[in-house]
Amino acid sequence: MTTHNALYKYLLFLGDNGLIQGHRLSELCSNGPILEEDLAMTNLALDHIGRAQAFLKYAGEVEGKGRTEDDLAYKRGEREFYNNLIAELPNGDFACTIARMLIVSSFEYLLFTALCTSKNATIAAIAAKAVKEAKYHFIHSRDWCYRLGKGTEESHRRLQNGFNEFWMFTGELFEMDADFAALANDGISADLAALKPQWLALVQPILADSNIAIPNVDYMQTGSRNGIHTEYLGHILSEMQYLQRAYPDAKW
Amino acid sequence: MDTQLDLWEVFIQKKDGSEHAHVGSVHASDSKMALQNARDIYTRRNEGTSIWVVPSNYITASNPEDASMLFDPSTEKVYRHPTFYVVPAGAKQI
Repeated sequence: MTTHNALYKYLLFLGDNGLIQGHRLSELCSNGPILEEDLAMTNLALDHIGRAQAFLKYAGEVEGKGRTEDDLAYKRGEREFYNNLIAELPNGDFACTIARMLIVSSFEYLLFTALCTSKNATIAAIAAKAVKEAKYHFIHSRDWCYRLGKGTEESHRRLQNGFNEFWMFTGELFEMDADFAALANDGISADLAALKPQWLALVQPILADSNIAIPNVDYMQTGSRNGIHTEYLGHILSEMQYLQRAYPDAKW
Repeated sequence: MDTQLDLWEVFIQKKDGSEHAHVGSVHASDSKMALQNARDIYTRRNEGTSIWVVPSNYITASNPEDASMLFDPSTEKVYRHPTFYVVPAGAKQI
């Protein structure tokens, strides 16, 4: 049986992934490699932030304490965030950014495809919108993987380096905990573990066609299901939440 | 050295059935990138239902110096305009 708390936490998981990934991509505003890509990345950032807004708004309603999406975004501490660790890692160079986007968008494409049939109507409605966005993010990063992977020696080296950096964070994407499992049993959430073979089937051919070797990783990073994060999340929050922390309830 | 990627012209169709109108240009190294860049630059606010991209160097432009030769001869020939016909009632688009 699904508990209220489990649903609330699951919505934070969905919302926080959007919020933190969106914030990272927004850092490319004015820092993209070319003007067109600069606009593309910030455009994709806005997709993530829109998704975060929808999920966190609903999370606030489920929690039932009158908190808005802004309260949840700007007034929670690091340990109360449930985004996957990969979302909070620094962008690195453009090839790293693309490597992460491929990993995350392919995962999100499968996740939101599954959530489109969620028995929770609100989750299904948000997922129906998000799946279109994720598909575009996936195509955009996939095409860049081909270009960089088969481009120059330097672009290939950088892309391989990006996948080497991020691969140890891919295990966590498919981690289930008791709350997630309960929700999956009730048809509300997706069984993340079941998505892993689909994800590998989606990503492996792209890496092969980009001349990228799948990194050998002995240890997968973990922690975010329990609110344990890398040192990077705190830095993101201190920047993102600065205004609300310094001037509580400021409006403009 | 020119480090810019190739230039592409972008045409957007606002709604089904209407024409593709030129909206601007983007830089891109291939046609897929040109389409994606055009999408992210020119259709973020519901502007379109379809995009064409064309390599700019495939467009042949008339020479501004030829403008008088090309266009002036038509300015005084009112009989080229169908203004001497009565438009049938009910024909909305002619």
